[in-house]
Amino acid sequence: MHDLAQQIVSGLAQGSIFASLALALVLIYRAMGIINFAQGELAMFTTYIAWQLTQMGLPIWLAFAATVVVAFAGGVALERIVIRPVERANQLTVVIVTLGLFISINGLAGWFWGYIVKAFPTPFPTTPLQLGGVAFSAQDVGVIVVSVITLGLISLFFQKTKLGLAMRAAALYPEQSRVLGIRVGWMLALGWGLASAVGAISGIMIAPVVFLDPNMMQSVLVYAFAAAVLGGIESPVGAVVGGLVLGVVINLLGTYVEAIGNELRLAAALAIIVVVLLVRPAGLFGHVTVQRV
Amino acid sequence: MTSPVRKAAIGIFAAAFALAATGSTIAPVSAADPGVTDTEIVLGGTHPYSGPASAYGNIGKGIGAYFSYVNDKGGVNGRKIKYIDKDDGYSPPQAVQLVHQMVEQDKVFAIFDTLGTAVNTAIRPYLNQNGVPQLFVATGASTWGHDYQKFPWTIGWQPDYQAEAALYAQDILLNHPKAKIGVLYQNDDYGEDYNVGLKRGLGKHQDQIVKMASYETTDPSVGSQISTLKASGADVFLIFATPKFAIQAMVIAAQQSWHPTIYLNNVSGAVPFMNAAAKAGGLSAVNGVISTIYLKDPANHARYAGDAGMKLYNEIMTKYLPSADKDDGNYLYGVSIAYTMCDVLKKAGKDLTRKKVMDIATNLVEKDNPWAYPGVMIRTSPTFRYPITQMIAAKWLATDWSPTGLLVDTRAMTMAEK
Amino acid sequence: MPRPNAGLLTRVAIAVAVIALLPWVVPSFLVFDLIYVASYAIAILGLIILTGMNGQISLGHGAFMALGGYVVAVLAHSAGWPYWIGVPLAAIASGVAGLLIGLVALRLAGVYLALATFSLAVATPSFLKHYKSITGGFDGMSLQPVQAPAGVPLSGQQWLYYVAWAVAGVVFLLSALLVRGQFGRALRALRDNPIAAVSFGVNPYFYKTAAFGWSAVLAGIAGGFYAIPTAYVSPDTFTSALSITLLIGAVLGGISTFWGALVGGIVVEFLPLVAQQINAAAPSVVYGVALILVMMFLPDGIVGGLLRLTYRFRRAPPQPALESSTPSAAPVTVGPQSRE
Repeated sequence: MHDLAQQIVSGLAQGSIFASLALALVLIYRAMGIINFAQGELAMFTTYIAWQLTQMGLPIWLAFAATVVVAFAGGVALERIVIRPVERANQLTVVIVTLGLFISINGLAGWFWGYIVKAFPTPFPTTPLQLGGVAFSAQDVGVIVVSVITLGLISLFFQKTKLGLAMRAAALYPEQSRVLGIRVGWMLALGWGLASAVGAISGIMIAPVVFLDPNMMQSVLVYAFAAAVLGGIESPVGAVVGGLVLGVVINLLGTYVEAIGNELRLAAALAIIVVVLLVRPAGLFGHVTVQRV
Repeated sequence: MTSPVRKAAIGIFAAAFALAATGSTIAPVSAADPGVTDTEIVLGGTHPYSGPASAYGNIGKGIGAYFSYVNDKGGVNGRKIKYIDKDDGYSPPQAVQLVHQMVEQDKVFAIFDTLGTAVNTAIRPYLNQNGVPQLFVATGASTWGHDYQKFPWTIGWQPDYQAEAALYAQDILLNHPKAKIGVLYQNDDYGEDYNVGLKRGLGKHQDQIVKMASYETTDPSVGSQISTLKASGADVFLIFATPKFAIQAMVIAAQQSWHPTIYLNNVSGAVPFMNAAAKAGGLSAVNGVISTIYLKDPANHARYAGDAGMKLYNEIMTKYLPSADKDDGNYLYGVSIAYTMCDVLKKAGKDLTRKKVMDIATNLVEKDNPWAYPGVMIRTSPTFRYPITQMIAAKWLATDWSPTGLLVDTRAMTMAEK
Repeated sequence: MPRPNAGLLTRVAIAVAVIALLPWVVPSFLVFDLIYVASYAIAILGLIILTGMNGQISLGHGAFMALGGYVVAVLAHSAGWPYWIGVPLAAIASGVAGLLIGLVALRLAGVYLALATFSLAVATPSFLKHYKSITGGFDGMSLQPVQAPAGVPLSGQQWLYYVAWAVAGVVFLLSALLVRGQFGRALRALRDNPIAAVSFGVNPYFYKTAAFGWSAVLAGIAGGFYAIPTAYVSPDTFTSALSITLLIGAVLGGISTFWGALVGGIVVEFLPLVAQQINAAAPSVVYGVALILVMMFLPDGIVGGLLRLTYRFRRAPPQPALESSTPSAAPVTVGPQSRE
């Protein structure tokens, strides 16, 4: 019984990692209807910036805040410089550009900081915690709490602020929004900025667990995709719930289903997601859109 | 096409026709081997400079640095070494293409230090068919030493993973005879080799293994595996992992208040990794961990402060790779293996042929590699092709590896395995 | 449908002549590399039909290449069957798998399909490792290098080159015949205006599944010609990076025409080599930046860009035929725009 509880808890801890990056993916998707393959690498790169700042003596929370600001500015700049010129082409072109970003940012980080695995300071206490025989760390709790806070802030932003509403309008009805005087292009840039900022948060939350190296986000990205799709790719709530569910499910599959084991748990989780999609094509929390045949 | 004889006959005919038609596609081994002039020796190699295994690209850079150093000192027997080092992205097809180019176009004398088990398995038949030496491959799979009769032109360098694991098994039987053993291993040839060695070393005590948990390199973390291992009641924990996952394993175990006796494979035991684990998981995560050493660790500044070899390493790195992180053991691995390469070329003398280099590489006694752990020698014979078999067990105490006991030679164990 | 015009026939004739003569003018290692170009071109052609003409994004065609490569390898390795039996069987096996996945794909639109197929690509190496008794596990399988048949005055490498390109020629021709007729019209109609297409009696289930199946057949063949020159297969050969490479090749080459497959094959084969000439320390930076730059300046890919340039040069408006097959007409409707 303890084993089961322990697996669920470490599943939640892992799931919160997926959730935080999935949130960033969802934001870009909502802003412009594309999957940003570079999201994980952007998060990794900004995490290196945070690491560099802590090396220079900045306390971790200060480095955290500074990095989120830098990430936001970087995201806006990337949209303006790299995405803008291809925005009007078909979406496949944009996807390839994000793949190009993925590849070059990964190479750049390795070039700047090397490939040796680095410890990243955790913003949380390191003492192990125990609850009814189940062990976990303050880090695990911290990641979940930060993800939920981020989610709350984002929901408030989109529902209560003028800017947030304008961004949603620009994404959903670009032509009408333009008529209403919303600067659609800038809204897209802000969307990228926001997603990068959320990505930076996720990177800083993840790095103390998976350790910092240029490839740290690649496996996380695959799971974050899966989490986002599971939750419904347009739903921030779905991203977080999807991430947590995915984390628990792969742990339980890996531990208790002999035929799957640790080896095939990713494959099994992905298969489950495809099945979910067949039943609910828009994911658990997505709105059912008109299906194209 | 069923009988091998017929297949071979067809092959020979086809090759003969091919030679008649195009003249030069398949170069037979001859006295005047390609890649050697009066002033130059051309060697080729591939490393991952892009893709998931890019960290190991630094081995190639370390090799390049050492060759530059040797060339500036006048080269080997008056010849400069030209090292053509390309990016294979850790992909076997990519490596095969690059090696074809190196052999057929760049006319390399030998292939030296290609990295990765899959990559080396992929290029091995081609190089052996063409009689091109495949020297000192950067992987510890046992096949390089084991299958020399089928592939006489191929040889490894570093201790093989099986022998290393067998060493841990011996240590466990000696010091923890009642141990309940848990194992975390990477689910590929690398992890599997360790498992084979461990089981062989444990012999009839194999039933003391209470749990084996695997992870994939695509897993973000090994949290679930650690929970499983902890729940199995294991009190001795063997980690056969790459550095990132090994660090995670030590840290997560400490976070789950699980404190078994830990054996850590050599690859993951470099000082920067231990420091990273200590930083994240506290001293209790790493204190008392047991591992093995066969090379000096450039990040161990205290221990090697006065060491001549380490001084030379720092000199070479400062001059030829000024912006590199010297603490990265991959550079030292590269410099060290390049030393062996130069040693072999030097011993092969002025009159250089592929055959001769292979003879030297398989009759080698190198006692003076400046970066091997003191006392570790590189030794081969035509029928024993595991160049490094000596290691020393060491225990991590507070901030450093502290050798326990004497240098151990796994030669006998490896011999027995054959 | 329009009969092939004289200009097209000339271009094809030139391409065939160049391919036939290359082995006699370029060094042998390049002949070897060009076998991989043939493999990539065949696989990318499948993507052009599926994604470019039918609007179904696949990020998982490396999985079909894996299936094809392993069918050839397993048959050769454990049963000793020659490659000329293995490759057609690889095509069939991959085609069947493609039809099955295609049926699932019917339920998945746009980005969901892209991610589902990407999952397939990601999971492929785990499956290859897991079924050790068939696939040889992570050690993979070594294969016999190809020899030219007795009496053919070619090296094994040259022989394989001609076989690979002959096969490529055949599948290009078959695909051209397929998409020039009723089939191609239906695919494009389903991409551009599905509701109208269905109301005109086009059966979407049949055509979309068939497109998936055919593109998988091509990927299966390509997988065979990826495994044979390497003479080795392993899970590391067919990672998700391969699937991404194929999509990159298709879009970079130009997803609107078959020529894009040829150009895309050349680009994905040689760009990594060029990239490391430029910056040996960080080749992926060059590779990634090159991708972005091509997309910024040639959003329709290299062939699309060349065509546009030619038309501008001739000061003639683009032909309608080209326009209708250009994907800038939003073939891939993903995201908010498609929402009602």
